[in-house]
Amino acid sequence: MQETSVKFLPCGDTALVVEFGDRIDRGLSDRVLGLDARIRAAGLPGVIESVPTFRSLMVHYDPVRTHAQALMTAIRTLLSGELDAGRSRRLWRVPVCYDGDLAPDLADVAERTGLTTDRVVALHSATRYHVYMIGFLPGFPYMGDLAPELELPRRSDPRTRVPPGSVSIATTMTAVYPVESPGGWHLVGTTPIKLFDPALSPPALLAPGDAVEFERIDRAAFARIQADCERGTYRVQHRDLAA
Amino acid sequence: MSAALAVVAAGLHTTVQDRGRFGYQAFGVPVSGALDVESLEIANRLAGNDPDLPAVEILHLGPTLRVEADSVRVAVAAGSAEIEVQGEPPASLGGWRSALLRRGQVFRVHRLGASVCCYLAVEGGFAVEPVLGSASTYVRGGFGGFRGRALAAGDALPLAQTNAAERSELALIPPNETRGDRLIRVVLGPQRDHFTEAAVQALLSAEFLVSKDADRMGLRLEGPRLGHRGGWDIVSDGIATGAIQVPGSGQAILLLADHQTTGGYPKIATVISADLPLVGRRKPGDRIRFAAVEVAEAEKLRREARAALDATIASMAPPRPRGGLDLDSLHETNLISGVVFDQL
Repeated sequence: MQETSVKFLPCGDTALVVEFGDRIDRGLSDRVLGLDARIRAAGLPGVIESVPTFRSLMVHYDPVRTHAQALMTAIRTLLSGELDAGRSRRLWRVPVCYDGDLAPDLADVAERTGLTTDRVVALHSATRYHVYMIGFLPGFPYMGDLAPELELPRRSDPRTRVPPGSVSIATTMTAVYPVESPGGWHLVGTTPIKLFDPALSPPALLAPGDAVEFERIDRAAFARIQADCERGTYRVQHRDLAA
Repeated sequence: MSAALAVVAAGLHTTVQDRGRFGYQAFGVPVSGALDVESLEIANRLAGNDPDLPAVEILHLGPTLRVEADSVRVAVAAGSAEIEVQGEPPASLGGWRSALLRRGQVFRVHRLGASVCCYLAVEGGFAVEPVLGSASTYVRGGFGGFRGRALAAGDALPLAQTNAAERSELALIPPNETRGDRLIRVVLGPQRDHFTEAAVQALLSAEFLVSKDADRMGLRLEGPRLGHRGGWDIVSDGIATGAIQVPGSGQAILLLADHQTTGGYPKIATVISADLPLVGRRKPGDRIRFAAVEVAEAEKLRREARAALDATIASMAPPRPRGGLDLDSLHETNLISGVVFDQL
């Protein structure tokens, strides 16, 4: 049975983690997202919010309104039966320019992987990625899995400033930096679109469980889309996927 | 005419905070909010507010502010912080109480004492636009509170009310948990099994020093090296406020209000919610000792802390001046300067 492999980990008296495994794995992610959807739908008393990550779900609760034992009992009930990524998912087409100074590490990635830069771009933009989770920064999506040929460790010299919109890769993941921040991933391109806006609710374009494809654009298209984004007239292409 | 508190001097890190921004951690948005939610709640109650209203969180060194409203009722809570009204000589109104101030009066919040933070609430609250349901400032993200940043000299922090209500002031006896020597209780885990038994014993027996690397994100602690069993990185998972994460250096970091929502370092233990206000008050140079409790005990301690806070709030009463003088009537007649009062 699936349920027997689930671990409950205490995080003080305000959160508990429901852990499905110890590795990054699409099957584990689907079960995490499935439980997340069920907990959101169940409206359990005292639950404040739930946060899906690669292989576990953190459930934040108010210990004045509920307690861990009651919550674990309720979650065990929700775990019964097949868990799939229950929420409706969207497929996003994210435009990326892989040219020149908008792709500061592209040549380095090509050298380290033994590929041409065109091949790196082709591989990066040919995969449909799964948004495992959002974390590290507001709106920072961890997406995978990268084509195995592109897997590299993080940079040994992290940058103190990564510009917003930087499309990056490290290990089996790709991500987009939503805001300027320090960062150790390899920057292979830049998207002109905004992934995070605190004035919107939800504030992040992508949600855990969504799918993303990168579409190669040239500099002219980058400038055009960037201008449209600033005017608020650009809509990122997306469509609903069957659950 | 719009009402505001004009910032004459900003202090070191003065931000608008409420109880936090909940519901968006799945999008990577930290909860933020007051480091010491109990003192925030007391300051709000003293000012006559609901506990959810935004107040000003003051770290290390308080601001100097000028009243640009017909009148405003202010209240200060936490530590030994006092409100001092400028004048010749300046008049200290004490702390843990409300006070009525009038247009043009300049006051500062000072003498924070043992607590790194204190809260300045105003009756009716501050008129800042909520972001994602909260007025809390998240400085790293540049949003919430007053323009997404700490206050600076020259700012005018808008007030929701132009006038203070007609009522007597409120004060209370400072709660005694402001003392800094209490054991901080933790629940071991979520990654206790990523640490050696010696590391767990060291956590629960050694004294840790709050290093100067301390801010609203967390406190870097100096103490014995906490050894990992196996690797020191894990597949990133969620982080609860109060988590004690241990990177490869073996030096613990106690995560506070502005912590990241997820992270890849193992967490040896998590401070219980009843004790989070206590760690929120700690500052560089303070010492911390930890003791372990079970989750059910932590939940019970939280309910007791809630009941104790309710009792503290229920004990609010008009401040009694020494020698039968009434502070507020003195205030009305501008005789306040130079008169010394008890805090109650």
